[in-house]
Amino acid sequence: MTIREVRLSTTPSDESIADLRLGDIVYLDGLMYTAREGVYMRALDDKANIPMELPSQSAANFHCSPAARINPDGSFDMGAVTATASFRFAKWLPEWMAKTGAKLIVGKGGMSSRDYKEYFVPNGAVYLSTVGYGTGALLGRGVENVEAVHWNEELGLAQAMWVIKCNGMGPFIVASDLNGDCLFERENAKIAENVARVYEGTKPAVLKRYGESDDRTDEVI
Amino acid sequence: MIPISLIQSTAEVLMDKAAIEIPQDYLDGLQQAAKTEDGDLSSFVLKAMLENYEAAKEDRRAMCGDTGVPRWFVKMGNEARVEGGMVALEAALRRATASATNGVPLRPNRVHPLWRTDHDNNVGIGAPEIEYGFEPEGEWIDLITVHKGGLFGTDYRMLFPSDGIQGIKRFYLDSLMAFGKRGLACQPAIIGIGLGGSKDICMTLGKRASTLRIVGSRNSDPRIAEMEDEFKELGNSIGMGAMGFVGKNMVIDCNIEVGYCHTGGMPMSVHAFCLSSRRAAARIHADGRVEHRTDPDWFTDYQRRETVEWEPQREAAE
Repeated sequence: MTIREVRLSTTPSDESIADLRLGDIVYLDGLMYTAREGVYMRALDDKANIPMELPSQSAANFHCSPAARINPDGSFDMGAVTATASFRFAKWLPEWMAKTGAKLIVGKGGMSSRDYKEYFVPNGAVYLSTVGYGTGALLGRGVENVEAVHWNEELGLAQAMWVIKCNGMGPFIVASDLNGDCLFERENAKIAENVARVYEGTKPAVLKRYGESDDRTDEVI
Repeated sequence: MIPISLIQSTAEVLMDKAAIEIPQDYLDGLQQAAKTEDGDLSSFVLKAMLENYEAAKEDRRAMCGDTGVPRWFVKMGNEARVEGGMVALEAALRRATASATNGVPLRPNRVHPLWRTDHDNNVGIGAPEIEYGFEPEGEWIDLITVHKGGLFGTDYRMLFPSDGIQGIKRFYLDSLMAFGKRGLACQPAIIGIGLGGSKDICMTLGKRASTLRIVGSRNSDPRIAEMEDEFKELGNSIGMGAMGFVGKNMVIDCNIEVGYCHTGGMPMSVHAFCLSSRRAAARIHADGRVEHRTDPDWFTDYQRRETVEWEPQREAAE
């Protein structure tokens, strides 16, 4: 299989999103903002006003805390940028998407196909995963400028809302499409065929744990 | 007497090196993996990672945006003395951690577990961790920093003698399967396994096996060394590669460390040192010489000693 590489705007047209296929490699142009649990809680639970025009300025939400600093003169230095695991944010994403019109959720490891079908597809959105994980230096090179940082005093540098200008920033990999299909689940299914062989001969631990039984009236011995 | 200013300046250099320069042993291991990988997506990922290490070094920027949680391992020769004593040393390491967080820059990852307050410098209660080891001879001090990333890829379980090797294998595979999917463990990784010790030390042994031993090293017990080879191969036979895509490289190496445990139990821990296996070490001599290296060389015969007294001559003869 040859891997297809695509340039994509962070305010993408519906057609350009519909054209994306699972496993495509994407490089982004335009403004992208970081938002993870701190931003979600502040914007959705505490109802603070989001300090950007969304989605007109950006429809790309990056699950990321950069390795960055704010200089005494107020300028920024951003070294490496890498995503954090997205599955933890499923709680806030449906409301966030509805509120901000985000079309590209960029993070680590993707979501489940149920998430994609329930609220990505209806919003015309797809998931882009970082590669590696940890191509932080390559992604850092794709940051043309740090435009702003919001809520750093309230949330700290790691949870703040960083606004970055991307110039061919990547690589990212398309992990969901407008059918709601999930790249990782496709790969899991292929690997599953081999699992029984790998486990052959091993045996369950003599002391069980809750989780292996969900009935809390059970004993674990 | 080792001057405290030299400890702090060396520690700052180590923070920078760990964050930016992938250790050669891990790089060699990953290049080897990239040669054997035939999964198309996995191959792309490994190629991108190799480019990323180059970019980090060229630009002097951190190799990964999650720069991990900086911590310190300090080892001293028995005759080493530090100016101002160990309290001064701990202060110097905390200062170096804070200043490098702003300097490199690193991501200020450390927050209070409940209040999520952030000092924006990777320093706080119990952070950075500073752990100590000693060697019978020498006036030197080794500073080792590890910036381990990742919330995934680590697990602990109390197994029992009747679980045997097959139980150990199963828990090892469970850990790889659970955290390898979608690449949560950021594999291919250096997998460290801790066997034995008391519960907390079991975790410590596994963590040190993954972070303080290099790719290609083997346990000095030949039977454990054989298990390391076997477990590496087992992990790579799952059919899972980088990012959980179909592939054949999940484990760059598997290191096992053991400690004596309660006669009734067999505690086990599994740790994954990720694609950004960040570590850097330096030996500071009493005469002011500083030698940098990437091999922590932590697990010496002395660290693994079994006897009441340390009698290297007799052990060597046996």
